[in-house]
Amino acid sequence: MTDAATVGVLCFPGSNCEHDVVAALEGLGAAARIVWHSDSDLSGFGGLVVPGGFAHGDYLRPGAIARFSPAMGALSSFAERGGPVLGICNGFQVLTEAGLLPGALMRNAGMRFVCTTVECEVVSSSSVLTAAVPTGTVLRLPVNHYEGNYTVNAEGLAELERNGQVVLRYRDNPNGSTGNIAGVANRAGNVVGLMPHPERASSALLGSADGLRLLESFLAAVANGAGASRAPRVAS
Amino acid sequence: MIGSPQPARSDPDRAAVPEGAHRALGLTDEEYAGIKAVLGRPPTAVELSMYAVMWSEHCSYKSSRAHLSRLPTKGPQVILGPGENAGVVDVGDGLAIALRIESHNHPSAIEPYQGAATGVGGILRDIFTMGARPIALMDGLFVGDLGDARSRYLLDGIVRGVAGYGNSVGVPTIGGQITTAPGYRGNPLVNVFCLGLLRREHLVLAAASGAGNLVVLLGSRTGRDGIGGVSVLASSEFAGEGATKRPSVQVADPYEEKRLIEACLELLSAGLVVGIQDLGGAGLACATSETAAKGGMSMEIDLSAVPRREPAMSGVEVMTSESQERMLAVVTPENLATVRAVCERFEVEAAVIGTVAEPDPDGVGRLRIRDAAGGEVLGEMPAASLADDAPRYRRPIAEPADLAARRAVTVTLPDPGGRHDDALLAMLVDPAWIYRQYDHQLFLNTVRGPGEADAAVLRLAAPGIAWQGKGLALSCDANPGWCAVDPRAGTAATVAESVLNVACTGARPLALVNCLNFGNPEHPEVMWQLTEAIEGMSEACEALGVPVVGGNVSLYNASDGADIEPTPVVAVAGLIERLASPPPAITWQEGDALVLLGEPASALAGSRYARDVLGRAAGALSPVDLAQHLALCGLVAELVAAECAPAPAGVLHGVHDVADGGLAVALAELAWRSDRGARTEVARPEELFAELPPRALIAAADPAPIEQAAAAHGVLARVIGRAGGQRLTIGAPGGAVLVDTPLAALGEAMAASLAGRLDAAPATH
Repeated sequence: MTDAATVGVLCFPGSNCEHDVVAALEGLGAAARIVWHSDSDLSGFGGLVVPGGFAHGDYLRPGAIARFSPAMGALSSFAERGGPVLGICNGFQVLTEAGLLPGALMRNAGMRFVCTTVECEVVSSSSVLTAAVPTGTVLRLPVNHYEGNYTVNAEGLAELERNGQVVLRYRDNPNGSTGNIAGVANRAGNVVGLMPHPERASSALLGSADGLRLLESFLAAVANGAGASRAPRVAS
Repeated sequence: MIGSPQPARSDPDRAAVPEGAHRALGLTDEEYAGIKAVLGRPPTAVELSMYAVMWSEHCSYKSSRAHLSRLPTKGPQVILGPGENAGVVDVGDGLAIALRIESHNHPSAIEPYQGAATGVGGILRDIFTMGARPIALMDGLFVGDLGDARSRYLLDGIVRGVAGYGNSVGVPTIGGQITTAPGYRGNPLVNVFCLGLLRREHLVLAAASGAGNLVVLLGSRTGRDGIGGVSVLASSEFAGEGATKRPSVQVADPYEEKRLIEACLELLSAGLVVGIQDLGGAGLACATSETAAKGGMSMEIDLSAVPRREPAMSGVEVMTSESQERMLAVVTPENLATVRAVCERFEVEAAVIGTVAEPDPDGVGRLRIRDAAGGEVLGEMPAASLADDAPRYRRPIAEPADLAARRAVTVTLPDPGGRHDDALLAMLVDPAWIYRQYDHQLFLNTVRGPGEADAAVLRLAAPGIAWQGKGLALSCDANPGWCAVDPRAGTAATVAESVLNVACTGARPLALVNCLNFGNPEHPEVMWQLTEAIEGMSEACEALGVPVVGGNVSLYNASDGADIEPTPVVAVAGLIERLASPPPAITWQEGDALVLLGEPASALAGSRYARDVLGRAAGALSPVDLAQHLALCGLVAELVAAECAPAPAGVLHGVHDVADGGLAVALAELAWRSDRGARTEVARPEELFAELPPRALIAAADPAPIEQAAAAHGVLARVIGRAGGQRLTIGAPGGAVLVDTPLAALGEAMAASLAGRLDAAPATH
């Protein structure tokens, strides 16, 4: 059963963080369900997450094939209607390839895969992921990627900064991203992508529970009906 | 039946087998005679190629099998021991773990990225073929000295290969070990361990049963890669012909494997397959003959039905290709449509390539290879003869001629009253450069990741299997330095260290798997090393109560005539009954008392100091008193487990084993990880670097409860100093200062060890 409070977690062949995202959301009392990428009907979900992994193997640019999946068309419509959408790691890459978020994720500056835990600072509250987290809050979050080097040109960066679309910044940049950017939102703030994995920081036993603050904020947006049912339709 | 098919010159499957062809395939004349005796006639080309791969050292264990029966394999927790794709061990709550370790040494020497990557893929298939969800990988890596450019190239490629496959396929690599020594320059070792979690009722075996059932090949198409991998590549020495063997290395496709994992786990949990077997070394020849033999059935294979990557492949090539990411499932005809539907959803190709049949009227299950359904028979062999009738050799065994002379040497510490800072700094290694390239966090199970504690600690859970409060401790260990001096005592000490490592995270050991990497078994000294190592492993496993549930033997690890040092690798899995808090890490706090637990150590033979600093591989290794070691492990596990409980005891601030590198290296690692120094004193200067027996160092504000517990367990405890300050100072009785180094120097040495050598241009921020 799905209702407006249920979060859909998209799964492509090669995704691998879908179970972790569901577990973290369920740990917060939310309802979440995995949706196969070929499903073009996402009606009924109050929020959507594109999780981490290697959709379609990442043999081309990460996300370059995933954006053509039927579920992505439905996700785009959902986003246009103001529905809360979160892309984590590979999901962030998919959202940039789909044109839902500005910029691109290039290979890490060190040209190596990096898996470690870094400190990030919330630098804007104007997004569904950070609305409930005060600016200046420092979070310990795991990163795990080869192509996490967020890249945008100077003009684009200025626009992002001006609009408060940079939501999360590394304090110790692991990948060389422009402006130490770890996460960005779209202009409306309902679509957010980030390279760190908030679901991996979901328990003190695992080393950090800081990611829950971000996921709680996202779930609050879902519960507030920022989603499909009540969001104003954006002219396209 | 096999008659005298008309030979067609251009058809390798039907051409008469030329005299002596078996030798090029790695078979001896005696083995060829054995094949003729089994068949009652000369083999066809297809048959000869299948026997060549199945009777290779890699597949048949023909040099080691007679000795492996010595290993203790029983225990109340053991569900399946050696001989299956993986060992399976009960962990309670209706759950079991499946575990295995395998080598991919020879392919990695030729093509490090693909060799290591396909090693990961192969071990994963061994686990999920049992019905288990793979949740953890570890890698044991051995390369030449990193001052050498080729060894750096190999390590870089191997680590990228493990990362490229493991990360993408979605299984975390949570631990491992790295050894650098000149002997691995031409023949690096890549051992990969995998552990999976399953519900006991989902356990599936690799047997073909039920006449009329269908043989279904799942996954990748069959290509020309990896032909002869097990025979030409893995069962002979290297002698400078690496490039010509490159076609024998397989190519990895983790995306295919990821879809194969999901499809197979769904098929297995839904009960849609009768039996299933992965395709690895020896490809279809192995999977078809083993499943038929285990089921006691005949099997008909239709070569034309095998999906191929390229046209015009011969039957020989199809049957012996080691193309990766394939599985062989036995399916009832009624379930075929459902199996196809599941595979289609995961975009996994499924092709019916044969059928299971009743044994022949003479009671023998035969494997028949036809060129088409109901077509010409290109090969017909008793299925069990491929798997079981390989010769077993009792190869000559001889201890080295200079053994007594080497053991008579006493390795001493030069300048025992002087400073040893430089030696210590040169021995420090930070493996973070390796494990930061591996996803070690997926599945939200990693409570202690690589480098944090002596063993990795995971929540015992998997997608679809909820966590019920237990923890799993995993450690992968090897010490070729010890084993070079004394393979028997060295292997026993390796097992002892591994068991102590899991105890340092509060776990009791459940099971051990091993990978025995040795040189050319035709050298009697290598066979001596192998049998001594098996004896030492057996003694330690018996004394410490750890059954061996699986293993792998890799022989012919030699290059340009030089055998590698004996390198038995072990991986121990332990269980933490209540994991409510993380076990103490490798750390200490300001003012902590440092308590050393265990028997005193002072002999330097076999130590890293003796090898790396003095250049001495001689002397007599101190044997580990296994009864004392059992008491030590019990004590440490008890102390640490009390810190993992819902209400932690709060006594221990940190714990670290003392073995490789000795007390000085253990102290330096603790200081570096804590960013805090210490003032300590050793009982005698040799204790700085002496490695055996393995001991444990505990940091606690108050040493009294630890001393009391130690006394109760009959374990020696000695307070050797206090943590604090910005320098690591190690003194000796009488006031000599042996080590006095600032923390910054430790950090610089750590950074220079791997990252400094392998990242020409460090990441810029």
